[in-house]
Amino acid sequence: MAIKIEMPKLSDTMEEGVIAAWNVQEGDKVSAGDIIAEVETDKATMEVEAFDEGTVLKILVDEGDAVPLGGLMAVLGEEGEDISEILENAGSSGSGKSEKKSEAKESVSEEKEEASTSGGGATLTSPKSESSTSGDTAASTGKHGRILASPLARKMAEDKGIDLSRVNGSGPNGRIVKVDIEEYKETAPAAAASAQTFQSLESKEIKVSQMRKTIARRLSESKFTNPHFYETIDIDMKAAIAARKQMNDANEDVKISFNDIVVKACSVALTRHPYVNSSWHDDVIKQHGDVHVAVAVAIEEGLMTPVIRHSDKKGLAQISSETRELAGLARDRKLQPEQMEGSTFTISNLGMFGIEEFTAIINPPNACILAVGAIRDVPVVENGEVVPGKRMKVTLSSDHRIVDGAKAAEFLNTVKNLLENPLSMLL
Amino acid sequence: MAKKKKDDINFAPRGIGDEKDGAVQKGVDLPNPTKKKHKSLGLSEDDLKAMYEQMYLQRRFEERAMQQYQKGKFGGFLHLYIGQEAISTGTVFALNDDDDIITAYRDHGWGLCRGITANEGMAELFGKKTGCSKGKGGSMHFAKTENHFWGGYGIVGGHIPIGGGLAFANKYNQNGRISATFFGDGAVDQGALHETFNIANLWKLPAIFAVENNGYSMGTAARRHTVTEIVDRAKAYGMKSKVVNGMDVFSVYEAMKEVSKEVRESSEPYFLEIRTYRYRGHSMSDPQKYRTKEELETYQKNDPIERLKSYLLDEKILKEDEIQEIEEKVEQEVLDAVEFADNSDFPDEEALYDDMFTEDEPYFHN
Amino acid sequence: MAELQFREAIREAIDEEMAREEKVFIMGEEVAEYNGAYKATEGLLDKYGYKRVIDTPISELGFAGIGVGAAMNGLRPIVEFMTFNFAVLAADQIINHASKAGYMTGGQISMPIVFRGPNASAGQLGATHSVAYDSMYAHFPGLKVIYTSEPDDAKGLLKSAIRDDNPVLFMESEQMYGMKGEVSEEEDYIIPIGKGKIKREGSDVTVVAHGKMYHVAKQAAAQLEKDGVDVEIIDPRTVKPLDLPLIVESIKKTNRCVVVDEAHPFAGFAAEIGFLIQREAFDYLDAPVQRVTLPDVNAPFAKNLFDAWLPDAKQVIDAVNQVTYRN
Repeated sequence: MAIKIEMPKLSDTMEEGVIAAWNVQEGDKVSAGDIIAEVETDKATMEVEAFDEGTVLKILVDEGDAVPLGGLMAVLGEEGEDISEILENAGSSGSGKSEKKSEAKESVSEEKEEASTSGGGATLTSPKSESSTSGDTAASTGKHGRILASPLARKMAEDKGIDLSRVNGSGPNGRIVKVDIEEYKETAPAAAASAQTFQSLESKEIKVSQMRKTIARRLSESKFTNPHFYETIDIDMKAAIAARKQMNDANEDVKISFNDIVVKACSVALTRHPYVNSSWHDDVIKQHGDVHVAVAVAIEEGLMTPVIRHSDKKGLAQISSETRELAGLARDRKLQPEQMEGSTFTISNLGMFGIEEFTAIINPPNACILAVGAIRDVPVVENGEVVPGKRMKVTLSSDHRIVDGAKAAEFLNTVKNLLENPLSMLL
Repeated sequence: MAKKKKDDINFAPRGIGDEKDGAVQKGVDLPNPTKKKHKSLGLSEDDLKAMYEQMYLQRRFEERAMQQYQKGKFGGFLHLYIGQEAISTGTVFALNDDDDIITAYRDHGWGLCRGITANEGMAELFGKKTGCSKGKGGSMHFAKTENHFWGGYGIVGGHIPIGGGLAFANKYNQNGRISATFFGDGAVDQGALHETFNIANLWKLPAIFAVENNGYSMGTAARRHTVTEIVDRAKAYGMKSKVVNGMDVFSVYEAMKEVSKEVRESSEPYFLEIRTYRYRGHSMSDPQKYRTKEELETYQKNDPIERLKSYLLDEKILKEDEIQEIEEKVEQEVLDAVEFADNSDFPDEEALYDDMFTEDEPYFHN
Repeated sequence: MAELQFREAIREAIDEEMAREEKVFIMGEEVAEYNGAYKATEGLLDKYGYKRVIDTPISELGFAGIGVGAAMNGLRPIVEFMTFNFAVLAADQIINHASKAGYMTGGQISMPIVFRGPNASAGQLGATHSVAYDSMYAHFPGLKVIYTSEPDDAKGLLKSAIRDDNPVLFMESEQMYGMKGEVSEEEDYIIPIGKGKIKREGSDVTVVAHGKMYHVAKQAAAQLEKDGVDVEIIDPRTVKPLDLPLIVESIKKTNRCVVVDEAHPFAGFAAEIGFLIQREAFDYLDAPVQRVTLPDVNAPFAKNLFDAWLPDAKQVIDAVNQVTYRN
């Protein structure tokens, strides 16, 4: 039987959604869980998932067009199925009746549930867990995406601050029980010690989570469609180090990181180089009026990019506290879609891991991404003498369709100047 | 044996029609009332006045109760005793005040007779905290244990062994008291009666068991629900027994006086079949299709209250206006009771948990 | 401490209470001249005479009702049933009258009566002689229900029951009458109704078991100990009032619970305890509460079927293994 795909309610306030992209074409086969379209709501660009298996029989809305809540977007069904009746009625179906709204609501919550299970902590599945029924996600995640844990285990985990999604359940159906929580901390270091016994890790297939799928799709798309090029610049961080120390010493409540300073420097630089603060839209290049810098945050399950809005207008202290808060939310998987949407530039920092330099893949629809390396102690020549210096390499990945080499270099030099003369950021 | 037509097969005897066609006689055969006059029964003129007032009170109390029930002042069951007042009155006047009385759910008359005031009784019907059972029992569970009225009980026949137990305790304590247990004709078919009769005579319990045979077990005529004469139940258990005219207060008094004396002296149980007639339906929701109007009228000609009234007038014990005075007094008492009940408070909500156990802070599972 | 048989403990309790209070008497089938069907009343007739030790006809409804009436009228009857399976005939008196008379007369009546006798199965006696009735009676408001497992509890609690001014059902077991146990020699030894007892301390799992099932639980605990499982056994002793805090405190320690009950499963003691635990100890549970009960089947006669029917230590061990995730 044919299934109508209708505009789901993807935000509390949305009344209509614009089809940003169709990921399927008529005739494509889809399975439940496939992302079939991206929809721009009033808040963010959201993914629309298919909840049924079938063939896309008809797409009724073009990319860029708006559909009211509950309006018909596409029809799924069996190949060759007669859907003329549905299409005839399509006119009346776009009225966003309350009945449909509630259906849409349901699909949103299902989607959310799905999303939360995708975090399953696949990488954490310990070799010990034999009772893992699914073997592909955390054993504790039940069929319906709930984490199965005994009431006691839940309470213990809460008391100890253990994220249940990271715990393997040894009980029936993968239920997390008391012993799993008790041994959770104990086994972590013990595992390292036991590595000396050269026990083989279990080979396994790990089901790709929705988040991984999204990362894979978006980054492959970016890497394979955006013509990337890279420019690296070495920045003297002595002044920035001194300025940071001064700021942090002056105020106990403030703990500004180097990354915060880089965010601020980039934000200021973006206002001066608006072509970097842009997006490619085939016919047009959209230069964004606001500067919203995304910061890549590594979490267990993958990567998230919360956005510091209007980062050019915000002081370091505010950038610092917002970043910390958003990173925390990201790690807890509590980021709201609107906190991840709308970035105009992205910064990825692996300095804390001692990475000297690296190249990052552009975070679509940004034009550029800055990859930040570690601050190194290096001998430098000053006034003809070799003295100890502090240097940091940053690499800008740019979409050549928007930004050319010289423009990228200009932007990088601005960033370098700002970091080497931090006071100038205040201008 | 020839195969009978389907319609010829009977289980319960049929209800309506001529006896010769296999149908049953309705109502009860009233034995002759006593011929004795009050003096030879040992009753004073004041006793007679008190008896009249008591019977009239029972009658008017229930008539007003019915009116209040129909006005929606209270719900539940309401089984009226109207027509049977001579039994409670004759009995209570005959027994000692500390003899133990227990009855079934047609209990208002018994309660009033044993000292539940019209106020306490009406308030109990209304489910008010001022009721004799604090509003916890309702129509079927009037009680006044300080006056040795142990209450009305709602399970047909269920209280018969309890009446035996009251007598057991009296014998155990050698206190000279006897018990009198009343029940309707429907109860004579219950196993509880048979077990109790057996034990009562086996253990020689000082107990009177009395059936108020009003002819109908709810809607089933006595002859349709039980075999042999009811009084003959006693024979199987070697108990003494007699049939009494329950429409005549003198006859009830006379029988109870004799029987209680004998039971008290011999410590042996006694069974009385007191024949009577209930004027009203089994309860308020009874359309009374099982009997005719004519039948009712026949018994109403033997009305116990009218009977005593005629006696009082004929014997010139009371004049017409003196009787009217009593009736007006009773009428006012009953109207006051309605007002009292109406104005009384319902039990406090906390009272829900009261009287379940004797402890001050009992355990309630939750 | 004196070592007494269960029946001797019962007899001592009755004897002491009869000596203490003239209003106490005992009646039942074969209690007097026969000296008790299970000899629980042996010697009482000789000591107290025919007035206070009374043989009844086989007339459960009749003599239970006479007991109720006698209790209302100032005596303190002990009504013995040859088994609670026969007391079903007297259920109207227990359920409709003993438990309700006080309430429906607004507290004008008190009902100091004990109904006692063996409960539940006693070997191959077939379907009508094998039912445990403690849960059923505990369902009804106004009744207290005791089903003890050891002579000491039996003595202390029966004395309390006889002194109680409310109707109490006191249950024993035909199979336990000969069982010996240490009984306190304390003068006037009383155990308050409604107090359970930790009969075995342990840390891994709480097993709640009363009456005859206590011994099954005990056997299982001994086996489990060899496997390194430390079982705590709670004998509630009184089914109602229930000593719930004792059970909950134990579960807070062990986090797991198995209820062993000799009744059928539907709406029985085990079901009730299970509900109460989820409400009172939800955050402490590491596993769903398990129960071991009779099946939803009548007692069979054939030995092999009967053995399969009655809860045994193996079933308890299986249930413990389940809640401790050991299988």
